[in-house]
Amino acid sequence: MTRRTLSLPWLGEGQTTSERLSTGLLIGAAFLLCVFLILPLGVLLMGSLFDDAGEFSLVRFIEFAATPGMGRAVWNTIWVALVVTVITVPLAFLYAYAIQRACLPLRGVWRIVGLSALLGPSLVGAISFIQWFGTQGVLKSWLGDSSVYGPIGIILSTVYASFPHALMILVVALATADARLFEAAEALSASRWRKFVTVTLPSARYGLISAALVVFSYSVSEFGIPKVIGGNFPVLAVEVYVQVVGMHNFGRGAVVALLLLLPVLVAFIVDWRIQRKQQASLTARAVPYVPRPDWRRDLPLLAYCVLVSVAMLGVLGMAAYTSLVKFWPYNLELSLTHYRYGLAEAGVLDAYLNSLKIAGLTTLVGTPFIFLVAYLLEKNRSGPAWLRPLVQGAAALPMGVPGLVLGIGYILFFNHPSNPLNGLYQTLAIMVIANVVHYYTSCHLTALTALKSIDREFESVSASLKVSQFVTLWRVTLPVCLPAVLEIARYLFINAMTTVSALVFLYSPETLPASVSILNLDEAGELGPAAAMATLIVITCALVSLAYSLLTHFLFRRQQAWRSPSR
Amino acid sequence: MAHLEIRNLSKHFGAFVALEQVNLAVERGEFLVLLGPSGCGKTTLLRAIAGLERQDAGQIFHGGEEISARSPALRDYGIVFQSYALFPNLTVAGNVAYGLKSRKADRGVGREGVRRRVVEMLALVGLPGIEHKYPAQLSGGQQQRVALARALATSPDLLLLDEPLSALDAIERVRLRAEIRHLQTRLGVTTIMVTHDQEEALAMADRIVVMKSGRIQQVGGPQDIYRAPANDFVADFIGRGNLIEGPAVGERHVRFGKLMLRCAEPLSPGRAHRFYVRPEDICLYDTLDQRENSFYAYVQKHEFLGAYSLVTLRTHDLAEQPLVAQFSSNYLAGRPIAAGATVRVGIPPEHLRPLPEPA
Repeated sequence: MTRRTLSLPWLGEGQTTSERLSTGLLIGAAFLLCVFLILPLGVLLMGSLFDDAGEFSLVRFIEFAATPGMGRAVWNTIWVALVVTVITVPLAFLYAYAIQRACLPLRGVWRIVGLSALLGPSLVGAISFIQWFGTQGVLKSWLGDSSVYGPIGIILSTVYASFPHALMILVVALATADARLFEAAEALSASRWRKFVTVTLPSARYGLISAALVVFSYSVSEFGIPKVIGGNFPVLAVEVYVQVVGMHNFGRGAVVALLLLLPVLVAFIVDWRIQRKQQASLTARAVPYVPRPDWRRDLPLLAYCVLVSVAMLGVLGMAAYTSLVKFWPYNLELSLTHYRYGLAEAGVLDAYLNSLKIAGLTTLVGTPFIFLVAYLLEKNRSGPAWLRPLVQGAAALPMGVPGLVLGIGYILFFNHPSNPLNGLYQTLAIMVIANVVHYYTSCHLTALTALKSIDREFESVSASLKVSQFVTLWRVTLPVCLPAVLEIARYLFINAMTTVSALVFLYSPETLPASVSILNLDEAGELGPAAAMATLIVITCALVSLAYSLLTHFLFRRQQAWRSPSR
Repeated sequence: MAHLEIRNLSKHFGAFVALEQVNLAVERGEFLVLLGPSGCGKTTLLRAIAGLERQDAGQIFHGGEEISARSPALRDYGIVFQSYALFPNLTVAGNVAYGLKSRKADRGVGREGVRRRVVEMLALVGLPGIEHKYPAQLSGGQQQRVALARALATSPDLLLLDEPLSALDAIERVRLRAEIRHLQTRLGVTTIMVTHDQEEALAMADRIVVMKSGRIQQVGGPQDIYRAPANDFVADFIGRGNLIEGPAVGERHVRFGKLMLRCAEPLSPGRAHRFYVRPEDICLYDTLDQRENSFYAYVQKHEFLGAYSLVTLRTHDLAEQPLVAQFSSNYLAGRPIAAGATVRVGIPPEHLRPLPEPA
């Protein structure tokens, strides 16, 4: 009765063409993720574990440890990251609390301003703080005798740049609360403080841990900020850059990159496990908490929001102002000189066009790829046993890999003369791929959440109706998940526009991206044009965000009939 | 060979046994209900028939062909899920017509044919004229009817229903279960339904398959299952019941404490037997009635439940175990029953049903 066939069991008989296709596509995706993520990281690991003769040895680590100043760089990196975390997380928590748990006017505005730092490269903060507190800074006296060039500047800029990342996590963590717990606490006549400590904090603890880990990782792996404002203060991320770009010492660079990878990877794994726990914390029967107006709570929180917003806008505004001022600080006349002569005439404007190309391609390539892989993972049940865990792992990994590390992995892997993909090196394509891989995990999770929230029997129904799963993907799943797809597209575009870390190792003079050009302009002492370029990027990202908001708004209005009527 | 035949089907999820050596034959045009508590394997069995879950061992034949290894799309069935699984972005018409365009047989009918079929299907499920609404604008019962129309639109050879009524409220559930049964009889489509609701199963099924821990406990018509449960589990799961135990005296009599009752079925003398008595089979007599199998009992508890009353009885003769009797309000006809009263009750010999020994 049972016929034995030679075909592999997961590509066997009794399957439709589209089922075979879906398994094939998932295998293809696994292959791509291997080539563009796992192999470069593997080469990086090997590069640090083998000496020049190709023998296994720890000699590179021993050399590294013996290098004078390295110990200090390690220590500096860690203590700065700790200080940044200790400052940023409470700041962001209070801000998120004000947005979610108080009755403030203009909540949307506070939220947007709180996230505004995401619109530009991390260097914006550094440039702006130089203008505020630098040698010729407006508020130099505030710092007394201390100089902004060094740990103070790094901490200020990193707090500014990592604030929105913590804010996003904490806003979500505080978005859902069970009103029944607050009612119970009130019925037991608990004080305001007691309610905060016993109800609010515990329900947000996973979010707090997660935010702390993200900020810590951000600070450890951020390299643009210490490069611009760090002065002679050595940190690991800059050390990688100096070793690889300055001295072409790839082996040493690999060792430092590996040291960067470790804390970030550990933080990421801890966070991953915590996230899994969090899912069960709010039951389906919970009653959503809606804050009631209470001026004794709302007024101080409003004042706080205004204060933080003014500071955030002050940073962004100073960068824009710098770009318009003719000659800081001697001639404060406003003009477009920096844009015209500093960028256009100097030929740096090409970098801006390059960035638009890179960001556009990253969005166009990354969005469909990431969504399709998430879809195949979620809906495809056939295929060999190793396939799904492999792709799941590869999709989760980029979150734990700093861009710098990925960039060096790419150099070591693709720059190797015997690599058949060698031709990719220093092209726009490799930068697009690096961006997609670097920002993969967040997008993957967004897609996965959207896919999990729709009825899991759609594919079963369409199979029973003899309709190919890809027809159902096109006609049903994709339209239903469109908000998530747009969200992924926006996220990829903005990050591709603002990122520095991975691309700084991958560009050629022809493919120089805008964010990296800021770094180069700053190095050449051209702070005005650097600020102009940063402003251009911020404006572009703001426009894209605006377009995204309008598009989703329009979409929801058109599809109101079938999207659950405004609840 | 039966229309659908399942042979030695087994399925494990890790250490959990979902199906263990299941054998089942479904006849053409039959309404078969898979009944059991959650985790008994009934849904796994349905999903295995649909090809949504692949069995570890065993075979499935449909219309004489083996379909064990075929993917869902290569089997011939329509399915309705508890969640309806209606496509939210398509109108009712779009949902019902979803499977029509892809079939070779339907391709010839064209746009007009599809439209007519949609109208016809919606009329069939009693929802004419809602073609242009979206699922979110319909009630749960209406959504379930649309899901049924979608599943039946392609005239499948087999209809699979996975707890189709459990997401609905009580009144809608009763109404829809009659409609589904009526529709099934009219179309004559072989139907397999999964439910955990015994009342639903009794009301709808031609035959019921009672399952527990991945094994079939009993297969039979609703009357057979209810009247002659094959084992303790089935007896307990379907309706309420009293389990009493006592030694046989002679071929037809059994002793419970001081009480000697006659049983309609032959017994093996001297051996202990277990008997099963449905609460509604216990009769209430006049105080001085002396007919066979009657005895005095003391009312321990009386629960009035509207259409009927549940009465917990104790009798000194029948050991310590209480008996639960169910008297319909109609049957009581105004006779008062109060806790503490002594009543004359009896178990007619034909309702004293011997249960098989536990395995």
